[in-house]
Amino acid sequence: MHISKRGQRRLGLATLTVGLAAAAAPALGDEPAVDHALEIMAGSCTFCHGPNGVGVGPAVPTISGLHAEQFAYMMRTYQDDTNPSTVMGRIARGFSEDEIEQLAVYFEGLPFERPAQPAIDMAMAAEGKELAAEYCESCHENEGRDGEGVGILAGQKLVYMRYAVEDFLEGHRDMERRQARKFRELMDAHGMEGFEKTLHYYASVK
Amino acid sequence: MTTRRTFLHLAGASAALGLAGFPSIARAAGPRVVIVGGGPAGATAARYLKRYAPDAEVTLVEANPTYTTCFMSNEVLAGDRSFDTLQVGYDAMRAEGITVVHDRVTGVDATARTVTTQGGDTLSFDRCMVAPGIDFKYDAIEGYSAEVADSTMLHAWKAGPQTQALRQQLESMEDGGTFVLVSPPNPFRCPPGPYERVSLVASYFKRHKPRSKIILLDAKDKFSKQGLFTEAWEKLYGFGTDDSMIEWISGSNGGGVTKVDPSTMTVSSAGAGDFKGDVVNIIPPQKAGRLAFDAGLADGDWVTVNKGTFECLDVPGIHVLGDASAAAAMPKSASSANSQAKAAVAGVLALARDQEPPSPKLANACYSIAGPEFGFSVAAVYQFDDFENHLKPIEGAGGVSPANADPSIRAREEVYAHSWFENIKTDVWGV
Ligand SMILES: Cc1cc2nc3c(=O)[nH]c(=O)nc-3n(C[C@H](O)[C@H](O)[C@H](O)COP(=O)(O)OP(=O)(O)OC[C@H]3O[C@@H](n4cnc5c(N)ncnc54)[C@H](O)[C@@H]3O)c2cc1C
Ligand code: HEC
Ligand code: HEC
Repeated sequence: MHISKRGQRRLGLATLTVGLAAAAAPALGDEPAVDHALEIMAGSCTFCHGPNGVGVGPAVPTISGLHAEQFAYMMRTYQDDTNPSTVMGRIARGFSEDEIEQLAVYFEGLPFERPAQPAIDMAMAAEGKELAAEYCESCHENEGRDGEGVGILAGQKLVYMRYAVEDFLEGHRDMERRQARKFRELMDAHGMEGFEKTLHYYASVK
Repeated sequence: MTTRRTFLHLAGASAALGLAGFPSIARAAGPRVVIVGGGPAGATAARYLKRYAPDAEVTLVEANPTYTTCFMSNEVLAGDRSFDTLQVGYDAMRAEGITVVHDRVTGVDATARTVTTQGGDTLSFDRCMVAPGIDFKYDAIEGYSAEVADSTMLHAWKAGPQTQALRQQLESMEDGGTFVLVSPPNPFRCPPGPYERVSLVASYFKRHKPRSKIILLDAKDKFSKQGLFTEAWEKLYGFGTDDSMIEWISGSNGGGVTKVDPSTMTVSSAGAGDFKGDVVNIIPPQKAGRLAFDAGLADGDWVTVNKGTFECLDVPGIHVLGDASAAAAMPKSASSANSQAKAAVAGVLALARDQEPPSPKLANACYSIAGPEFGFSVAAVYQFDDFENHLKPIEGAGGVSPANADPSIRAREEVYAHSWFENIKTDVWGV
């Protein structure tokens, strides 16, 4: 999987608008361009996800830096429960298509930060690195940092990823055919422990 | 389409730039805002005000040097969590350029635009935000008083020394003893809180004092997440059987409490007789924090506000947020207070600049833990309706965790609850 043409265009756009914003700021007078309605809406996410979408807690996933399409896809699939959730379905159903898009673009513009996760076992992470290269890296590229179409694994919360894998394995969350095959191969060769090591590795990526 | 997206990118990008700490361009001084109360409402407001208006002069006046969260304090009562994890300080906020003063505010003068403190300071403001939390209506129960609440029949509904003292009482209680909890009438801080407390005390008893009983005297006939609590009590504590650890006496069964006698540790109910407890926990009826009354902001028990900006309807220029305000349909919770504070900040900035305040969309989510690996939640998303001055729950969204969910889902929600706790502390206090 490679960054699509569309992805590259998006990146180009983001860089361009950063330049514009910097240039535009003084012209806007004595205040930076803050869309307060959007900030408040995003603020209704951060008491769970952490400031700027980055949490220090062990489980609620980090949502900043995600590709806007992937973000919006997650929200929409939470809305109709095609993607299982404990609480996000109930939250996501409170937002319109348009608001989801605004939130997606907003959080995409914030950095995915990676605060230390004390629960990571570095010995397991070391073993997981090779397993990840063999079974996951073809889709979760650049050590899981590239999230387009797949979500960011690098530095994502260990516990959240464990739940996601459980949902995939138990058939609660849909997998594409190639993904399902890789999961089966990893399971056959290394069992659940193989997954655990892989996830410790991804969680440890800085 | 392209224009809107480009605009959004712009907004997002400039927010990110602000965070990265770009050299600020010299500007005229921003508004002076004094914030009273450094709980979830006031502290969130202070931090987000500074974030959106770095040139604002933000002063937070908080009575205590350390804040103790009520949220997760029920776990401390059960012995599942150490007390110090509830405590946060204000140094991180100081490092962000907020002036934090530890003093008690005695008056807010909206005309002179000053706040006065017990320590003798007078602070001037352009706008003031007041978030003093709650106070108790001790005199609603005969024989009850602040003194009784501080010595024998504790409330532990403002976390701190009371939390530690109630934990002590529960620890010293003999196996086979009775714990009486009195749950207040609506509205009150944290609607599921009393029932979470009963659950976690039951969890502690089950492990350490299995012959003990819990009597839950209630002024109400129904309560928050009732179906889920009932399910948990049935699964974990024998509720509904002859051997139930918990007995709930509802309002229509006479569970409302009229009188207490601390010398005999007896609680008298309206219609179900007298109950003697080895440990008695009274959660009294509630009203806005004292300052709301001293400053003439309250209208009845709470402060009536514009629910879009949290500006006090009676006293313009003063915004009242968090538990002290009447913000239905949002419940009084830390999550609500955090979400509301962000809208209040936008309102303060817009009004200070003579602009139209945004029409906010807010959310609440409250987790409860009913026992080991048994968590569940209630959530809702609200749209401000300025015509009705109402925070209207979005239809089809929100609600409680599903009934009879798989145990793995209950276990996940407990883990997410703990994660929420760490994340909201960071969002509120920057710790
Ligand atoms: C047992 C329990 C469990 C709870 N669990 C949850 C939960 O799981 N989730 C959730 O979202 N909410 C929960 N809550 C509710 C939550 O604690 C409150 O809703 C929240 O604290 C309200 O925040 P606030 O800022 O309005 O008020 P407070 O937290 O009460 O803060 C007010 C602050 O103002 C200060 N102050 C008051 N008067 C003055 C004055 N005159 N001068 C200077 N300072 C002053 C006080 O010292 C205090 O620090 C729980 C509450 C309880 C009791
Ligand atoms: C009550 C806490 C809570 C609130 C509030 C909340 N979230 Fe979530 N979020 C979660 C949890 C927990 C998950 C994991 C899925 C689940 O079990 O619900 C999640 C998952 C997500 C994901 C998927 C992340 C990934 O890596 O795929 C996105 C996107 C998301 N949330 C966005 C939002 C947005 C946007 C808001 C605000 C409008 C929000 N959340 C508010 C708790 C919350
Ligand atoms: C063939 C491609 C493919 C392979 C190989 C693959 N994945 Fe994925 N993965 C995906 C896709 C696609 C998604 C997004 C699914 C969705 O949107 O619901 C995903 C999502 C995930 C998520 C959830 C991310 C989130 O934010 O919710 C985790 C965790 C994950 N994968 C782990 C793994 C692990 C571990 C491996 C290796 C054992 C692996 N994946 C191999 C395609 C793949």
